[in-house]
Amino acid sequence: MKKIIIFLISSFLIVFSGAKAADTIKLGILEDETGNFAIAVVPKIHAYELAVKEINAAGGVLGKKLEIVRYDTQSDNRRFQEFARRLIKKDKVDVVFGAFSSASRESIRGIMEKNKMLYFYNNQYEGGVCSKTTFMTGAVPEQQFSTLVPWMMEKYGKNVYTIAADYNFGQISAEWVRQIVKEAGGTMVGEEFIPLDVSQYSQTIQKIQKAKPDVLMTLLVGAKQASFYEQQASAGLNIPMATSINVGQAYEHRRFAPPALENMFVTVNYIEEVHDVIKSGEFHDKSKDYVKRFRALYPNEPYINMESANAYNAIYMYSKAVEKAGSTDTMKVVKALESGISHDGPSGVVTMDPKSHHGSHTIFLVKVGKGHEVTIPKIWKDIQPYWLGESGCDLANKDDYSQYTPSNPPKN
Amino acid sequence: MVFLFNIFYQLGDSLAFLLLAAIGLAVIFGMMKIINLAHGEFITVGAYGTVVSGKVLNLPLPIAMAFGVLVTVIFGLILEKFIIRYLYGRPLDSVVATWGISLIVSQSFLVIFGPSYEGLQTPMGNFQLGEFSYSEYRIFLIFFALFLLSLLYYLFMKTSFGTLARATIENPSISSSMGVDVKSVYTATFAIGAGLAGVTGALYAPTMTIVPSIGQAFIVSAFITVVTAGASPFVGLVPAAAFLGTVQTSVTFFYKSTIGLIAILCAVILIIRYLPNGFSGLILKTRSK
Repeated sequence: MKKIIIFLISSFLIVFSGAKAADTIKLGILEDETGNFAIAVVPKIHAYELAVKEINAAGGVLGKKLEIVRYDTQSDNRRFQEFARRLIKKDKVDVVFGAFSSASRESIRGIMEKNKMLYFYNNQYEGGVCSKTTFMTGAVPEQQFSTLVPWMMEKYGKNVYTIAADYNFGQISAEWVRQIVKEAGGTMVGEEFIPLDVSQYSQTIQKIQKAKPDVLMTLLVGAKQASFYEQQASAGLNIPMATSINVGQAYEHRRFAPPALENMFVTVNYIEEVHDVIKSGEFHDKSKDYVKRFRALYPNEPYINMESANAYNAIYMYSKAVEKAGSTDTMKVVKALESGISHDGPSGVVTMDPKSHHGSHTIFLVKVGKGHEVTIPKIWKDIQPYWLGESGCDLANKDDYSQYTPSNPPKN
Repeated sequence: MVFLFNIFYQLGDSLAFLLLAAIGLAVIFGMMKIINLAHGEFITVGAYGTVVSGKVLNLPLPIAMAFGVLVTVIFGLILEKFIIRYLYGRPLDSVVATWGISLIVSQSFLVIFGPSYEGLQTPMGNFQLGEFSYSEYRIFLIFFALFLLSLLYYLFMKTSFGTLARATIENPSISSSMGVDVKSVYTATFAIGAGLAGVTGALYAPTMTIVPSIGQAFIVSAFITVVTAGASPFVGLVPAAAFLGTVQTSVTFFYKSTIGLIAILCAVILIIRYLPNGFSGLILKTRSK
């Protein structure tokens, strides 16, 4: 009797889920709703939901509704791998979006590639991923650093000191800084890589003071490393700081007591203050509209960050590509994405580069003031992710599944 | 001159961190032999007590800190009454129980206060010496850590309560037959340990990012300092912290933070291999000769 019931239930489930799979497009999402990275990631999750809701309200894609299958990866790379396999094998999703840290991305990219699963990584990162089935909608160093570093050197001086988190993101980002400083005729007066567990910075601060840099690049990641800012302010370090990660992700300027971040400069491809700072024009209108729609759905969102814009754009680009391909088949969608798909998102048009699978961006230079108020002294329009393409990554014509760095470029 | 002051500042900073990380644990683990894996969460309670009362009730910082410590003492008393009381003399069971407590507490903070809470500004200013500038508050922390430890040494080594507490923990049944109220002594000692962890949380709260895992930053340092301090923590704590601080600071200075972290752990391994009773064992042995 028991066996019969189990059989009936399971066959019902199979039929039911089979029927469901046919009339929806399943989007797998792996994001850190809890854990170390949750602060920066929750707005991303909400942006996926917002985009899916809007697309479904407008009739879906190819007449099908989008359906999200989401797991909380808890800022834990083992969870990423476990849930990545579950999304592919059990949930049979059509595409996967997600990951915050580069370590998490690298922990699942291989799984995606092996299973020919289309994967969108929607985060600013250290750059260099050249992979046939992977698409990156976040900003990369040639967009964030080749704008920021020369600007800082021109304004404050040519001696640069880098402190960076000691893992792939920090190491490779620091390598970028080194390269750009050299190209711009500056000098690296110091460099320190700091383990993610370190929370006390008196020694680091003194080392920096000894080296007397004009510009301090702070590529620090996570809550413990963020303690650096309060400690440098209380020690009176008083050196202009530049970074690609703070403010735009975990909105430290709102969370920390001023003046911990005073005189910090960040290049972002979006933050929610854009329309407050820029009083009129394209960027004002688009940002204002995005924030309005976002808050209508999530009125209590503490901050709408740049990764939310990247996540939002990713869903739209995917849907446009599926529409164009007329199918959810991975290779067909990849081909459609390589046709120069673009989306007019919260900070203007983002276009997918067919060669490198990275998006172009509007880059805003954000300056944090004494009371942690934000100004935007400079905007760079339509900055291309040029480096991979120029170095020989050409995914539209040549399959590849690697990550490259300035010291290890693609072999031609 | 500046060079010497730098050495003092960096060693002192590292010493203060190790001492303050370890001080509550020295009572609860060092004396009472409860392997308290929730030590970090006691620090978290102290930090949140300070920051939340400072923000919500708009209290001045010293009063907010006192409030944070008070909250931690109450938290410790409640835990002692309902859980820890049944774990005296059961060190392995205490590992499991306190680990569970630590998970519950940190997750509760996450649920109640969210993934991060706006911090307080570090009090006092900074001053300049040659090309360097220093945070006055961190210098205050060095002296306060030493002051707190001497107070603790006095309390447990020189007062009658201290004698009672040590006797009770050494041999509860004899103490009980001598008319000591064993339960109250245990409770009071545990509350002091919890309160000291609360002090650590309160003191470091204005210098760190306020997240539910803030206490985790202290736990490794706390255990290695107490373990290297040895059987009599109040005697061994300062030399242990000074030794570990020197190793970490000098290695970090000449190499980098990563090697500094590795060096401190290697130093601990060497200590427990060659000085199984820690620094206090060494000191007491030389003293008795």
